[in-house]
Amino acid sequence: MLLNKQTSRRKFLLSSLIALPALGVTIKGLTAAAAAEMIAPSLEGYSPTFFSAAEWAFITAACDRFIPANGRGPGALETNVPVFMDQQLAGDLGSEIYLEGPFDLKAPAELGYQIPYTPQEIYRNGIKAVDAWCKQTHRDTFAALDAATQNDVLKKLQASEVNFAEFGEEVLKAKAFFNEALALAKQGYLADPIYGGNKGMKAWIAIGFPGARASYLEWVAQHNVKYPLGPVSLNGDRG
Amino acid sequence: MANITNDEVDVVVVGLGWTGSLMSIELAQAGLKVRALERGEDRNNADFAYPKPADQYAYGVRNKIMVTPKDGALTVRHNMHSTALPTRKWGAFVPGTGVGGSGLHWTGVLIRPTPTDIKLKTYADQAYKPGILQEDMRIGDFPFTWEEMEPYLDKFDKICGLSGNTGNLRGEIQEGGDPFEGPRSNPYPLPALKDTLNCSMFAEAARKLGYHPFPNPSANVSQAWTNPYGNQIAPCNYCGYCSKYPCLNYSKASPQTAVMDALKRMDNFDYRVNANVLKVELHPDGKTARGVTYADADGNIVFQPAKIVVLAGFQFVNVRLMLLSGIGKPYDPITETGVVGRNYAYLSNGGTTLFFKDKHFNPFATAGATGQMFNDVSPGNYDGPSLGFIGGAKIHSSQATGTPIGTALPKGTPDWGQGWKEGMQDWYGHSMKISISTGCMSYRGHYVDLDPTYKDPWGQPLLRITFDWKENELKLQQYLRTIVNNIAQELSPDSYSESFLSMDSHWDITKYVSTHNVGGAVMGESPETSALNRYLQSWDVHNVFVPGGNAFPQNFQANPTALIGAITLFSAQAIKEQYLKNPGPLVQA
Repeated sequence: MLLNKQTSRRKFLLSSLIALPALGVTIKGLTAAAAAEMIAPSLEGYSPTFFSAAEWAFITAACDRFIPANGRGPGALETNVPVFMDQQLAGDLGSEIYLEGPFDLKAPAELGYQIPYTPQEIYRNGIKAVDAWCKQTHRDTFAALDAATQNDVLKKLQASEVNFAEFGEEVLKAKAFFNEALALAKQGYLADPIYGGNKGMKAWIAIGFPGARASYLEWVAQHNVKYPLGPVSLNGDRG
Repeated sequence: MANITNDEVDVVVVGLGWTGSLMSIELAQAGLKVRALERGEDRNNADFAYPKPADQYAYGVRNKIMVTPKDGALTVRHNMHSTALPTRKWGAFVPGTGVGGSGLHWTGVLIRPTPTDIKLKTYADQAYKPGILQEDMRIGDFPFTWEEMEPYLDKFDKICGLSGNTGNLRGEIQEGGDPFEGPRSNPYPLPALKDTLNCSMFAEAARKLGYHPFPNPSANVSQAWTNPYGNQIAPCNYCGYCSKYPCLNYSKASPQTAVMDALKRMDNFDYRVNANVLKVELHPDGKTARGVTYADADGNIVFQPAKIVVLAGFQFVNVRLMLLSGIGKPYDPITETGVVGRNYAYLSNGGTTLFFKDKHFNPFATAGATGQMFNDVSPGNYDGPSLGFIGGAKIHSSQATGTPIGTALPKGTPDWGQGWKEGMQDWYGHSMKISISTGCMSYRGHYVDLDPTYKDPWGQPLLRITFDWKENELKLQQYLRTIVNNIAQELSPDSYSESFLSMDSHWDITKYVSTHNVGGAVMGESPETSALNRYLQSWDVHNVFVPGGNAFPQNFQANPTALIGAITLFSAQAIKEQYLKNPGPLVQA
């Protein structure tokens, strides 16, 4: 799989770079995390496996609104969240769902997920419906709209004020599509970088989560003291 | 695909989690040839070597070591007049699979029920005036006394290296422990885990308001421990990956750390994985089982002959196998006859999240069981009879993990955009929670049976749950909400947000509560109202034993594992001492 190849390439390059900072030496002022970030694929150069070109344009634009670059802290594009989403959808995401019929599309919300779709179908059909609505309402696809208009569109999706059925999508509700995409984007932002997002562990550094350190015997009883160390990742990168 | 017949064994154990591993080792120690059949994968300590489990996305989000809904779904409905729908994704509960079962990924809170919880029906009949409790409530006593079960609770505490403060030692109340706990014959094997900031804050406020907090009793061990089977459990390093994760430090008592190492060394024990038991096969007279049939990983249908069958799967796996195999009469809620499926109960939770801009909780530096709780609101210890409801709650401030996906943010924080991103930076690590975990009574209309429509990948009907919140449980929630929010206010947070059930709430299968589903094949004094006798032996098929949460006639406020371990050991002892000498019903109906 694509990510595995890139990961092993990263790992090889990193192992030679990381050895030096561990000895107190830095290469041209780079920390290991900064070096890791340089080696991670750039969003511009990434070829999506699951998403088509049009879908990829939608996803990158939506991620940029979900977790924008403006304000404090890294945004979704800087941290490769769309790469994470593409890799998950190209992988086995959704293979765990029980999808035997019959389906009751009018089931009460408390009974949970009751549509006959895999996540992959949710994205394919959802993006198509949103872009169709955007073309009708704003004469362009979602990705081509300005940021303020995109935010308005997303708010309408979240409030289910866009009727997908008018665009041939009878099963999926706008809100369900929105929630699916937002949840996955947040997961990509905060998951270990091994899955393709949270590039350079930047989201963890921003919030103060130490990642996979997973050993705090000497810290647990130090109450109300800010933990001083940065994160490590499953690959052993340090931020 | 072929039909295969295995060599006969003395005991076949279906499922290799807590109850399966305990039964296996106890019966193998008696010299019996024991074979366990586990539907999931093998899981060894090498699979959990650092840093593999330190991965929230794989374990916490994608449920890496749980059964998939595709293989293990149930159907759910709120009442017997509606159509049940499948749990297509997990939400309210997440059952395990594989060697270790739910015992591999549990949080490790190992607390006993109280003596009143064990005799709840007797207490209710004495303390509540007729007509106070709902007419359709069907609570029962456990069919044993505190004194009979205490040695087995004690043994399981030692198997797990229970860490915490003793509250009642042989009738003497001990400072720092739970004054409401039943008398224990021995102190806790190990001292309590270290408190985190939320624990100290909560305990101080609760004590000030007159409650009796104590550290969550923990099976994440505080010091190195060698248990009665000779297994060694290592001191917890507060890694922050516990509930839903296998332990990366050999510190959480689990079938792997506490039982399997010793069990695997026994020549008269073996186990098969990817062995999905489809049915218990009965002799023509229906009075005894002759073994079980399972599907192996290659799709072969395998018959495993055995003299004794132990159903040691999760609660609903056991009940479903009984229904699929014709063991005991299925429950009918209309005529209120039959026993298999009755008294299904769950639990509710809720809580308030407190935000403190200037406090660092370092939520990632924690054990799964880290927390403080109090048991003041448990049956017999508060004024339930005049309030008009029964049941209790653990009220606690636990800090099970600090993994960031799903971080709670203050009210008014946007759920996406710049506001969410900056909210995460401002509030991650700056909140604590005060929570409730409640008991849940059993009712005439709450039960499990076989679904008429939906099937699993092996073509067998799914188990159907009929359950919803009742007035008793919802009133209890309202009462607890007041207590929790009084403690919250005592702590003066910058803000807080709450999540409790309202009086018109219905059971929501999308929101995680806990995987403490109980009942359905309950233990009792009478074959008219219980599927199992006090030794977890089927009243109808005497060589079938069914240990697990399925045996609880209702759910108490304590976590179920301590009692599940104890009744399993109690049953194993009865098999060894009584059943082997004289196979037949251990209790005369």
